[in-house]
Amino acid sequence: MSDRFDIIVVGGGPSGARAALAASAQGLNVALIDEQSAIGGQVWRAKNASILSAPKTHETRAGDALRRDVLASDITHIEGARVWQIETGWTLHVLRKDVSSELTCKSLVLATGAREYVQPVPGWTTSGVLGLAGATALFKQSLTPPGKRTIVSGTGPLVFFVASEIRRLGGEVAAVVTPNSRRDWMRALPSMLGRPALLMRGAIWVADLMLAGVPIYWQRVVTDVSGDDQVRGVSIAKLDQNWARTSEDIMLAADSLCLGNGLIPNIEAAHMLGVPIRHDHALGGWIPETTEDGGTSIDRLYLCGDGTGIRGAEAAAHQGTLTGLCAAADLGHGTVNLQKQAKAKWLKSARFGMTMTALSIPRVGQAQLTTPETIVCRCENVTRATIEAELNAGAQSSNAIKSGSRAGMGPCGGKFCATAIAQLIAQQSGAPVANIPPATPRPPLRPVPLSIAAGSFDYDALPIPKPAPL
Amino acid sequence: MIYDTAIIGGGIMGCGSALRLAQGGQRVIVLDQGDLGQGASGVNAGTLSLQIKRVKLMPYALKGHACWEAMGKAVGFAKTGGYTLAFNAREAALLQERQTLKAQAGAPIEFVSNNQLRNGEPNLTQQVVSASYCAEDGYANASLTGQYYLGKLRDAGIEYRERCEVTAIERDKNFKLTTPQGTINATRILLAAGAWLKPLAALMDVHLPVQARVNTVTVTERMPPLMSTVIGHATGLLTMKQKANGTLLIGGGWQGLGTPQEGRGRVSVDTVRPNLALAQYAVPALGTARILRSWTGFEANVPDFYPLAGVLPGVEGAYVLGCVRGGYTIGPYISQLMGDYILGREPELPLFDPGRDFKEGTI
Ligand SMILES: Cc1cc2nc3c(=O)[nH]c(=O)nc-3n(C[C@H](O)[C@H](O)[C@H](O)COP(=O)(O)OP(=O)(O)OC[C@H]3O[C@@H](n4cnc5c(N)ncnc54)[C@H](O)[C@@H]3O)c2cc1C
Ligand SMILES: Cc1cc2nc3c(=O)[nH]c(=O)nc-3n(C[C@H](O)[C@H](O)[C@H](O)COP(=O)(O)OP(=O)(O)OC[C@H]3O[C@@H](n4cnc5c(N)ncnc54)[C@H](O)[C@@H]3O)c2cc1C
Repeated sequence: MSDRFDIIVVGGGPSGARAALAASAQGLNVALIDEQSAIGGQVWRAKNASILSAPKTHETRAGDALRRDVLASDITHIEGARVWQIETGWTLHVLRKDVSSELTCKSLVLATGAREYVQPVPGWTTSGVLGLAGATALFKQSLTPPGKRTIVSGTGPLVFFVASEIRRLGGEVAAVVTPNSRRDWMRALPSMLGRPALLMRGAIWVADLMLAGVPIYWQRVVTDVSGDDQVRGVSIAKLDQNWARTSEDIMLAADSLCLGNGLIPNIEAAHMLGVPIRHDHALGGWIPETTEDGGTSIDRLYLCGDGTGIRGAEAAAHQGTLTGLCAAADLGHGTVNLQKQAKAKWLKSARFGMTMTALSIPRVGQAQLTTPETIVCRCENVTRATIEAELNAGAQSSNAIKSGSRAGMGPCGGKFCATAIAQLIAQQSGAPVANIPPATPRPPLRPVPLSIAAGSFDYDALPIPKPAPL
Repeated sequence: MIYDTAIIGGGIMGCGSALRLAQGGQRVIVLDQGDLGQGASGVNAGTLSLQIKRVKLMPYALKGHACWEAMGKAVGFAKTGGYTLAFNAREAALLQERQTLKAQAGAPIEFVSNNQLRNGEPNLTQQVVSASYCAEDGYANASLTGQYYLGKLRDAGIEYRERCEVTAIERDKNFKLTTPQGTINATRILLAAGAWLKPLAALMDVHLPVQARVNTVTVTERMPPLMSTVIGHATGLLTMKQKANGTLLIGGGWQGLGTPQEGRGRVSVDTVRPNLALAQYAVPALGTARILRSWTGFEANVPDFYPLAGVLPGVEGAYVLGCVRGGYTIGPYISQLMGDYILGREPELPLFDPGRDFKEGTI
């Protein structure tokens, strides 16, 4: 395998794979790198080989189509490979099977997707609690439900999808709990009518739950998870329009809980490379600044998919095609016509996706669910009270909170606590979260063993500059 | 409102000076373009080592160590002792020459036998040819600097403003500093802007020959105990220690990319790699530790690598403090001297005239 490409795409989800296909179809030499073992990303994740005979779902079909297209193309697909460092000009350091290699390209496309946000509540780190989106990965890969009796809680359509999947896989859904009201959904209806197929799928999920007698608690939220070694039950309470709790808790028994509060774009790679970021609630929070066709302020760096704002799988795929075409065109390959078509499709599907994202936009009351004793940073075990003590001592920024409390200094690099911390700073200072940027991102993009980062070396060949002045 | 002294830069130099001036009865304000203590003072490797201090700065470093010891737990201080290693004959000769001079300057540095070394640090490589030891060495936790000084300023009732960049300085009867938070008036000013001293002094048409280095530091995940002291290399190109929580901090002044003017530095793989290779060479068991973060910080210096500490040349009432090699170690002390000087007192040890001829070796 050569290590030089015209274009490297990082991320083999719908967006990155489509970007790679579009650029490859223009005759460019393209590599597609993903840390998973198969193309598909979060949403169209492939099943484990052992369960390939399981029934096909909408997701597996879409994923299979994408995997077939990539297989039939000239794309160099580098699977199970983690990009841990990117240098401008483009050299990528890629960790695969305990070996790090360097790949170079003329243009780089980042399609790093999204991750899940979970608003910390007391007990959310108890064993048996899963992310709502994270649970879908479990279903797709291994076809197992999270427990015997599961409570499914979260915002947007995902909560119904997850609940119906659990039932399909033979698990019991004790209840669906969603902060959204029926009214939120009525408001979303007009833009859903333009996508009858998707609306239909959603209706089937809800109908299935209702027929099975699964209680759906609208405009409610999980306030507490009980259980020492394993989830025993959860408390839920009613919310007002601003998602502040208005009622006493009631207890529901369960041995597992899926909990999620929407998705956050994975912006670290772009942010580290110097792409300016801005805050947009409607797109999931902090996003890198891009042009509509994926260009950035940095020469030959392109971004697409949920990493540029949460618009859903379909939009991610179209945006990928558009971005791949533009990256190819900038290298002198391709036509404007295809770009126009892709852009029109993208804009249409993005409108629908953003309607779904809107159901997960955090509201002011949400931060109160994180009580003083609740752990906010899981990696370093930092509670809200500790963070508030820093705030009271004068810390005013994500960086200052991180330095003072270690929140965000663990292996995840603050990916999972940054949002909750910004909320706390916002609350205390009265500033909007849009004024509270995340802490400075630090390389590597993924933890790497020191021996691999160091590479092989010969002591006598170490470049030892002249010693410091005496 | 006219402050007695406005301090531009809220790193260790600016905050330390502010505390001294306030003790002396002055009304001071500290201004920082970012957050307090998030410049070099907040991102450095935190090594408090006499073994890597310059000979002529040793008296300041010894006093600095005493200051850190007094600050104690609040800054994550630990006196662990430290070894400096040589892996070949050339390095051993360098070590011998340098540590002898440093010991003569007052640092309690001794050479140790292979057995003593192995007793102290059993996980070290067998490749060590020669090693020196200093019981005074240790570290503090640089990320706590901002928090610590912020608390001290508050306790002392000293005003400070964050996200308050000084963009223009006018001088008539008083100094008038333009900031996004309004104009600040002060009788005196102290420039303590670290790697940004050059553009800051340029606002008053003073040329300071300040250059910036872009030092890199790397931290690993938590590991079982691998070392108990601060470990360095004869060339100064490696410093490492394991914190109480098990994480390992690896530095050594390897250069990243970027300039202070651009705002942020960038880690360069080309320099991180040899830094980590050297660390792994010294302690082979480090190989399995996962790297969590690397970062850079800007360290300022002038051509002779001695501090700027005194009157800003040609501007009455303006002072400058910065460019101190090993400035984290020496900062808490030299900032007291600076405070005393501004208060009109005789400093305990001499300062370093910013108006000197940097090429002549006048120090
Ligand atoms: C856990 C999870 C589950 C989801 N499940 C569903 C669902 O069931 N249904 C639904 O409609 N939506 C789901 N979503 C939303 C869905 O992710 C997006 O709408 C869609 O997948 C976006 O496509 P994408 O190509 O932009 O990103 P993704 O599909 O997220 O693809 C990004 C890819 O980049 C790879 N990657 C990122 N960084 C690196 C790196 N440094 N090195 C190597 N590879 C890297 C990741 O492994 C990933 O495969 C889920 C989201 C998450 C976070
Ligand atoms: C990565 C690294 C590792 C190091 N390791 C060690 C070590 O192990 N041991 C050791 O002793 N020393 C070490 N040093 C050196 C030490 O950190 C510095 O000498 C010391 O922190 C400098 O302090 P300072 O206050 O002068 O600068 P800084 O801490 O950089 O403070 C200057 C402040 O001025 C502010 N500022 C700049 N311009 C303006 C303006 N126009 N208006 C308002 N504010 C402004 C900045 O925001 C900044 O906060 C290291 C340095 C670095 C960078």
